[in-house]
Amino acid sequence: MAVAESTEAEAQTERAPAKRPNRLFRNLNAKIASIPMVATALLIFVGCTAWTIYHSFTKSRLLPAPDKWVGLDQYERLWNTRRWLVSIENLAIYGICSLILSLVIGFTLAALLDRKIRGEAVFRTIFLYPFALSFIVTGLVWQWILNPQFGIQGVVQRWGWESFTFDPLNNADIVIYGILIAGIWQGSGFIMIIMLAGLRGIDEDIWKATRVEGIPAWKTYILVIIPMMRPIFVTALVLIASGIIKVYDLVVAQTSGGPGIASEVPAKYVIEKMFQAQNLGQGFAASTMMLLSVLIVLIPWAYLEFGGKRRD
Amino acid sequence: MTDATATYTGPHGPKPKRRLSPTNIMLYGTLFVVAVYYLLPLYVMIVTSLKGMPEIRLGNVFAPPVEVTFEPWVKAWAEACTGINCDGLSRGFWNSVQILVPSVILSIAVASVNGYALANWKFKGSEVFFTILIFGAFIPYQVMIYPIVILLREAGEGISAVTGTNFRLMGSIWGLVIVHTIFGMPILTLLFRNYFTSVPEELFKAARVDGAGFWGIYFRIMLPMSLPIFVVAIILQVTGIWNDFLFGVIYTKPDTYPMTVQLNNIVNSVQGVKEYNVNMAATLLTGLVPLVIYFVSGKLFVRGIAAGAVKG
Amino acid sequence: MKLRSLAAAFAATALVPMSAQAVDLEVTHWWTSGGEAAAVSEFAKAFDATEHNWVDGAIAGSGGTARPIIISRILGGDPMGATQLNHGRQAEELIEAGLLLDLTDVAEAEGWKDIVNPSSLLDACTLDGRIYCAPVNIHSWQWIWLSHKAFADAGVDVPSNWDEFVAAAPALEEAGKIPLAMGQQPWQSSGAFGVLSIAIAGVDAWKSVNIDKDAEVAGGPVYAKVFEAAAKAREFAANSNVQDWNQATNLVITGQAGAQIMGDWAQGEFQVAEQVAGEDYTCLPGLGVNEILDTAGDAFYFPKIDDPEVEAAQKELAALLLSPEVQVNFNLKKGSLPIRGDIDLSAANDCMKKGLEILASGNIMPSGDMALTPDTQGQIEDLMVEFWNDPSYSAEDAQARYAEIIGDAD
Repeated sequence: MAVAESTEAEAQTERAPAKRPNRLFRNLNAKIASIPMVATALLIFVGCTAWTIYHSFTKSRLLPAPDKWVGLDQYERLWNTRRWLVSIENLAIYGICSLILSLVIGFTLAALLDRKIRGEAVFRTIFLYPFALSFIVTGLVWQWILNPQFGIQGVVQRWGWESFTFDPLNNADIVIYGILIAGIWQGSGFIMIIMLAGLRGIDEDIWKATRVEGIPAWKTYILVIIPMMRPIFVTALVLIASGIIKVYDLVVAQTSGGPGIASEVPAKYVIEKMFQAQNLGQGFAASTMMLLSVLIVLIPWAYLEFGGKRRD
Repeated sequence: MTDATATYTGPHGPKPKRRLSPTNIMLYGTLFVVAVYYLLPLYVMIVTSLKGMPEIRLGNVFAPPVEVTFEPWVKAWAEACTGINCDGLSRGFWNSVQILVPSVILSIAVASVNGYALANWKFKGSEVFFTILIFGAFIPYQVMIYPIVILLREAGEGISAVTGTNFRLMGSIWGLVIVHTIFGMPILTLLFRNYFTSVPEELFKAARVDGAGFWGIYFRIMLPMSLPIFVVAIILQVTGIWNDFLFGVIYTKPDTYPMTVQLNNIVNSVQGVKEYNVNMAATLLTGLVPLVIYFVSGKLFVRGIAAGAVKG
Repeated sequence: MKLRSLAAAFAATALVPMSAQAVDLEVTHWWTSGGEAAAVSEFAKAFDATEHNWVDGAIAGSGGTARPIIISRILGGDPMGATQLNHGRQAEELIEAGLLLDLTDVAEAEGWKDIVNPSSLLDACTLDGRIYCAPVNIHSWQWIWLSHKAFADAGVDVPSNWDEFVAAAPALEEAGKIPLAMGQQPWQSSGAFGVLSIAIAGVDAWKSVNIDKDAEVAGGPVYAKVFEAAAKAREFAANSNVQDWNQATNLVITGQAGAQIMGDWAQGEFQVAEQVAGEDYTCLPGLGVNEILDTAGDAFYFPKIDDPEVEAAQKELAALLLSPEVQVNFNLKKGSLPIRGDIDLSAANDCMKKGLEILASGNIMPSGDMALTPDTQGQIEDLMVEFWNDPSYSAEDAQARYAEIIGDAD
């Protein structure tokens, strides 16, 4: 990465106009204009993150208490808290399912739309519109549709199938899937668009070639197209993953974490510990764990994406 | 992927041969079924919001309204209560507008200049800050939320002290505008940087020879030719900011709550029985702005999110 | 009475001269249900009758949603004029950080020490001898509300204590009723548990757990009975799929559920539904087992604002909140008990009168809010909401976890 950077910097100096003697004042306007970016990068992304990580080792209650150092106590308590464990488990289930489903649904829909069908624009519009809606709206709508008395369950029962039960939002064992249904509804269209862009980028000749060879379409997709679309899949994967860890509004609107603590998620735990339970230290520890899990996803990706080639 | 959607020339997939082949039936059948799943919530929202409460209690969410009433819409917009404030969602709507307009303008102005500086005026260290910025996009917000509260408070008090006013950033619309600018920066900067990089170098050099400086080139050359990317950025920001819940709930106060937060409040402050029709009308009202943008801007919207995503 | 409140207004204005300026005072609170909203508008009316304006900052949800907003605003340097908070340990750190207005002078001018009954309410507002909040009402958790209609439909008598209720529950179930209505918000689960523990384990055991933080008692045989009772109550509430407390109350009001364990604020909902205590519903203090009331309550805190005019208005509001007329009007609507014993509440209904009697008899105790930090309360809430909603969570396991939390409490 370092090598790549320096070559780029060289490329830049070549391009950079008129060289003036004083290095600090060269490009002064550009530097001034970049102050917001530099400030955001350093103060917010680096500074605030470091601040939070540091305070996660303290016994901060309502107010940050930098001098009350307690070492790993907050983390110990965190990992002994059922609610946190449930949150992590939920995130894992939600994460894995939504990752797989989003990719599969997104790709399948994109592949279907790519088959020169009539009314492609109409279908595309239908699949994508939920993405324009907020998670709050999404959560509330699905809360209503999944309402056991009036929603799907009630309707099917009234059709005569009396023993039919489908009440995910009030069943602790499957509530997370109720949220998943809503999450997929909101986000899969977006993945479809990305996949579609990827499919459209594939050379027409490849299709021609496989047709000449007589390879069936599904085989072409699996053996040729998907491998070719690897970068697109990686991008989609990172996007979905970084969205998953942020899941908060959807749960707040749809279930408020209930029944019981069955649909709690880490983001909600953090916010509540920080602002409700007046235990900042605990909230900071939990958010640091969230950061850690993001890094686990991010670092391999960054390596793949920027490690080999730097230019995009 | 320099421009994901520029390649939207047409479908590339294998061409289906006959109109009514089994493959075609399968194809359209699948698309149709999936379309129903995507459209169902919108349909349910609309019909529920047009029913009276007695009709809802009869209990079929899917049945069209027997007697169409606009009462719930009126109530949701102007009468629904949170506490003793019974002015409905209208207040939240105007708050959202007041938050939206400066946030969109400021964030795009800052990010476009950033992108321009990064693309054409690189200075030592600019790439480092840019990399931090991009990584910052993946840090869970929870990690930075609390320190930002402190920063906003201090900055607000600093401004008050300097100007001798009672200016506040925390809890005011301006605080939220800054937060949106900060968190919109990574993606937008990336977007603009990539766009400006693709501008022919000769143009830039010619302007330099003519003696134009940093701002001169930005305003006279870059701005006029980058209308499309501005439209994309606007769409991205308008929908993102309008749909935000987390920042709204933390950095504003009830007076300045954006619409999403107020929606969640109205729906969750139950007086007696839940009025599902009013809730659904309120939900639709909140989703209206991004939906309208989505349907009106059509392909541009797709282009916007694809650009924001594929490159991210 | 008029004279007194006039005097009160004078006393308050006299504190800071030059306070003729009208001030818009934003007041945040989380009173958003029907009865609550009616009660809080009594405050607003009274305050608007002075030259100032009440700017309502209701925050929906529950204290759990509202408190963080309130606190982050105070910490964020954008304080409201006044705010509801349960008194107790929640505000401790805010006071220590010097963010809340010292009301001692108002309290002295108004003679709060003499009129506030029980005095523990004022103690909860006091830190190092200074008074920082204005208590406005007494709320007690220790009630169970019974629907006459539900029991009539099931063909059994309305129970007069918890044991009778347990015995009658199967009949309710057979009649297709939910025996016990429960909302699913965490504070409701932990509140109901608190009520059961005081009624079943008794005050002494309760005190050694909540005040002395004795983990052995919390894990011991006396509390084991509480957890057994809670496990039973959990079965009774299995079909109660509502979120908010007032939706649960509504189940009792409409006779879909037999009973609800809920604080006396539920009263306001019965009132809004025009139900009559003793005819349509019955209330039993201390579950009819152990007639005692805890004296939690709501109080108003006044964040420090660097503006003499605002401060004068804040103090005026503080005095007003405790004035007799406002106390009567507010508490009748709210269903809570007034914080002063010297006012006439003849308009009170049966349930409130029961409460007033117990209060007069002195059979009272402090509330958990005052004894436990929000952090410990949060942990208990997490435990209870899980316990109440997960039938596979055994009473023993829950008790063990409970004892652990109490052991770690500070």
